[in-house]
Amino acid sequence: MAKSVALEIGEEGLREALNGLLKKLLAMGVVDALLVPLKVPAGNSVVQALVTQVDMLKDAYPLAPVMPVNSARIISSMTRLSSSEKKIGVVIRPCELRALVELVKLKQASTQNMLLIGIDCFGTMSVNEYDKFAQEHIPSTAGFLKLIGENSIVREACQVCEYFSPLTADITIGLIGMDLSKEILILANTAEGEEVLQALGMEGEADSGVSSRRDEAISQLSAEREKKRDEFFERTNAQVYGLEKLLTTLSLCIGCHNCRDVCPMCYCKECFIDSPTFEWGADKYLEWATKKGALRMPTDTLLFHLTRLQHMVTSCVGCGMCQEACPNDLPVFGLFRMVGSKVQKVFDYVPGRSVEDELPLVIYKERELEWLTNY
Amino acid sequence: MDNVEKDFEPVFVGFFCNWCTATASDVAGTSRMQYPVNVRPIRTMCSSSVDPLYVLRALLGGADGVMIGGCTPGDCHYVSGNLKERRRIVVLKTILNTLDLEDKRIWLRWISAAEGRKYANTMIEITGKLKAMGHNPIKDYWSI
Ligand code: SF4
Ligand code: SF4
Ligand code: FES
Repeated sequence: MAKSVALEIGEEGLREALNGLLKKLLAMGVVDALLVPLKVPAGNSVVQALVTQVDMLKDAYPLAPVMPVNSARIISSMTRLSSSEKKIGVVIRPCELRALVELVKLKQASTQNMLLIGIDCFGTMSVNEYDKFAQEHIPSTAGFLKLIGENSIVREACQVCEYFSPLTADITIGLIGMDLSKEILILANTAEGEEVLQALGMEGEADSGVSSRRDEAISQLSAEREKKRDEFFERTNAQVYGLEKLLTTLSLCIGCHNCRDVCPMCYCKECFIDSPTFEWGADKYLEWATKKGALRMPTDTLLFHLTRLQHMVTSCVGCGMCQEACPNDLPVFGLFRMVGSKVQKVFDYVPGRSVEDELPLVIYKERELEWLTNY
Repeated sequence: MDNVEKDFEPVFVGFFCNWCTATASDVAGTSRMQYPVNVRPIRTMCSSSVDPLYVLRALLGGADGVMIGGCTPGDCHYVSGNLKERRRIVVLKTILNTLDLEDKRIWLRWISAAEGRKYANTMIEITGKLKAMGHNPIKDYWSI
């Protein structure tokens, strides 16, 4: 059972209260560094930054509704070769955390010596949208979150996300169902999380009424989101079901492979599509062209997307970064998430649910799926 | 059966494990069993060396179907390659099926080295099924 402590929000507001907590973590040496969203000194952007100096945290916006990069990619590039020797606290959104769990299982990242601080997520905006938004609004975190609640200005991926609270964090910043001007919940989900709360002097259990308010709000929001997700799948289906429709959708693809480059689950150093297997001479292209009379160039749009699906879709966490990166706004998020949900269901697998759940394509059972070889 | 294409001879790619299905095809041949010639066999070292990428490559390249032949469970020379391949092919079929892309053009079969008859029958069966399905519609698009 998680231990939860209430954090009072004073006059100074939500952001300051949270930043106070982060400052303490760093100042007391509970962590040596923090990976946390900071506002850049030039511009309005809020980006992930690795912070080692306490005073830098005055620019921390841990709840700013924007996610320029899925942090799992950042953590993977920091720890793929070896895990961190110093303690790093990581402020992370639920979909980033789920992607990180997948990458750990794939041996592409290590969470050793990391304190995972997951936040309840109200959704994030596209980088551009956030920039416009931040120009117009006083960057008070509670203000952001209020606006988000009232408008659907968050990305589509977030609107249909049912995993808006972190599944595997050491510490969870509990916001859902809370009166953000009064108090929020800090939950310790692991032994390490509990030790940290103790070190911070956060003793005493939160009022059970407060914790159950969050639990209720979560289950209500889950149900709403699941409904939205299913409606979204229906709309997506209408765009991609059947060869003609899928090709119509993919006809806008320019083959930039951005969707792959930003995807946390596409971790290969060399993608199949960039490998020598896919280098052909003119004669080969001509041979293909001759078969059909013409050949779309560059080739292999459908092959790229289907193979990418095959390689990553058991682990697709639905972060929607793919869609953000697409220059032509193809509905790739819907395509990948919808197919992902079908495939994941076959193995009763939820990406990022637990480091213990083994990857579906790594394990097997002697007796299973026997229909396949009889068909 | 009006819409069966007249005189349609399907072509399908067979990825055959060296230790079983490929040998079974030799057995079928040396025993002079009759079966249709629509398969284009490719020998692999194990069914698990067939990344679904190659199955897709064949189908998008215009093959009407693909069959992967592996060792019966328990007999894979690399212990469990065939069982891992089974999961991958289930993923592939689920992806294609979700998008209505005719996953039924893909077969995974266990045919052990001595089963020449099973090999020949499988060739007959797949050729027949593909004839009934007609040509792979992907061939109609140059813009894939
Ligand atoms: S495919 Fe898209 S939604 Fe899925 S993990 Fe990759 S970037 Fe995120
Ligand atoms: S980002 Fe968009 S245009 Fe680029 S490869 Fe992906 S789907 Fe195609
Ligand atoms: S050796 Fe035949 S399937 Fe693995």
